[in-house]
Amino acid sequence: MNVKTLGAFAAVALMAACSSKPPAAPEATPTASAAGIVPGSQEDLVANVGDRVFYDFNRSTLRPDAKATLDKQAAWLAKYGNVNVQIAGNCDERGTEEYNLALGDRRAHAAANYLRAKGVAGARMTTISYGKDRPTAQGSDEQAWAQNRNAITSVR
Amino acid sequence: MNPISTPSFSRRGLIAGAAGLLAAAPIPVLAQQAGGSDAPSAVIDVNRARTAPIPIAVPDLGGADGASEQMGRDIAGVISNDLARSGLFRMIDHAAFIQSGASGGTPNLQNWRPTGAQALVTGSVQMLGGGQLRVEFRLWDILPGTQIQGTAYTTTVGNWRRIAHIMADVIYERLLGEKGYFDTRIVYVSATGPRDRRTKRLAIMDQDSENNRMLTDGRWLVLTPRFHPTRDLIAFMSYANNRPRVYLFDLQTGRQTQLGEFPGMTFAPRFAPDGNSLLMAVSNGEGSDIVSVDLHSRASRRLTNSGSIDVSPCYSPDGSQIVFASDRGGDQQIYVMGAGGGGARRISYGNGRYGTPVWSPRGDLIAFTRYAGDTANFAIGVMHPDGSGERILSEGWMVEGPTFAPNGRVLMFWRETRGSGSRGAGFSSRLVSVDITGFNERVAPTPTDASDPAWSPLGG
Repeated sequence: MNVKTLGAFAAVALMAACSSKPPAAPEATPTASAAGIVPGSQEDLVANVGDRVFYDFNRSTLRPDAKATLDKQAAWLAKYGNVNVQIAGNCDERGTEEYNLALGDRRAHAAANYLRAKGVAGARMTTISYGKDRPTAQGSDEQAWAQNRNAITSVR
Repeated sequence: MNPISTPSFSRRGLIAGAAGLLAAAPIPVLAQQAGGSDAPSAVIDVNRARTAPIPIAVPDLGGADGASEQMGRDIAGVISNDLARSGLFRMIDHAAFIQSGASGGTPNLQNWRPTGAQALVTGSVQMLGGGQLRVEFRLWDILPGTQIQGTAYTTTVGNWRRIAHIMADVIYERLLGEKGYFDTRIVYVSATGPRDRRTKRLAIMDQDSENNRMLTDGRWLVLTPRFHPTRDLIAFMSYANNRPRVYLFDLQTGRQTQLGEFPGMTFAPRFAPDGNSLLMAVSNGEGSDIVSVDLHSRASRRLTNSGSIDVSPCYSPDGSQIVFASDRGGDQQIYVMGAGGGGARRISYGNGRYGTPVWSPRGDLIAFTRYAGDTANFAIGVMHPDGSGERILSEGWMVEGPTFAPNGRVLMFWRETRGSGSRGAGFSSRLVSVDITGFNERVAPTPTDASDPAWSPLGG
């Protein structure tokens, strides 16, 4: 991928964002560059947007806090139109491996569908489910489980 | 001549070398059981086995030289270990032996009566040169003083463990009246590294945890291996290229091939009993459907379309029905439908969610994983195919994924211990076997953490 293409994509995306929303200018750049974070990077997503949303036990419905995070992700993705992402669905350990693969898949799709409804092109997103195989928190209590029921967006 | 019914021992992995690798020949019979035929001479009620295991003496097999003697000791050791771990036999301590079993002729069975043994194994080993090995063995019923079985095997020296397992299977079958499961292997998932970055490899070992080897290099996550019923083939799930799909692993060539091309994730594979097709789940964004794939034409057929999570399909041994797990009614439960799909009826009604149903090779039971709603507290159990007679065989913080031994007598599953603290200290994952009566629970040792066991067919 070359820089010229990147620039062109970014410019288009920014104009599109401006046309539908008030400028989101203060959001990313100043604080980000101060911390040495490259705008549009995974670090930027984690630090300034939030890379993950959380679910209730055995559910894939998006809670209000999840929708708020996904709204910010959609805006960020609109701003960095060259960025493609993978959305990975995960589950806590209370479920069988095979069922949780399907549940994680549902969670990833719930997040991706929401982003698509907010204008993110489907071609920019892939989904994957790890079931209960990739716990973020390694403990075995409600606090850990709450962290492990998620959909994590990562820049590809 | 004694009628000799030797098990079919065509392990797929060994066939590659020579189909006639294991030659069995009857040896002269000295005493014959009355009635002959297939009737076991010492039938016990296996359901009472916990209180009445069969006392059996397995002295070292004899040999004319040092190497043969050592091999005789090793073979007797493998046989003893197999029989003892089944929980259905009580091994008589060698210290109680009055004479060795080394002689090739008729042992003086009078001398074995004081040991309390009901059955005796005798035999000898002969190194034939050219890397060949000949093993003779006889099984005796001590009280009536009759020979139950007399068999000789010739094979390559490298196969000595298999010969021992095959002999243990013959002993098991002759004394219990049902086929054994010792000449089998376990394919499973080996796990190393911290829980959030596990390296998982397909691994395979004999059912007694020997001959362990890794099949994949750990580059990609792998899950849920399952044995083909007649070929040296494993179906499993691989995250190769970050596209989780069902693959086939050919044990002879090591080649991996993706099975079918579907837009969604494919997972939870299970071969049909005739080996011609495979069931698996295909995700569709809202849940998953159960699909049958023909292994020859690769044509696929969708069997469920409920808009919910339909997963973990498994055929009945006659291929006429499919048991699977679904959350179509809210919580995950177990359903049975016809092999062509449709007419699914729920069979699990106990307390909690039910998953991973597997049909016993005998057809009479379905094993499952059950877990209560909001705690971990898992259980492994069995029920009849109509949902009646539910029994829990093992419980724990996390126990999951039963697989039947080919005779339907033993289940293996995996058990995870609860990690403590934010780093999950003390977490472990082990393979465990248990008798379908719920007794004789044992860890099957593995070099690493292990999960997802699948038992091979006999001789597989």
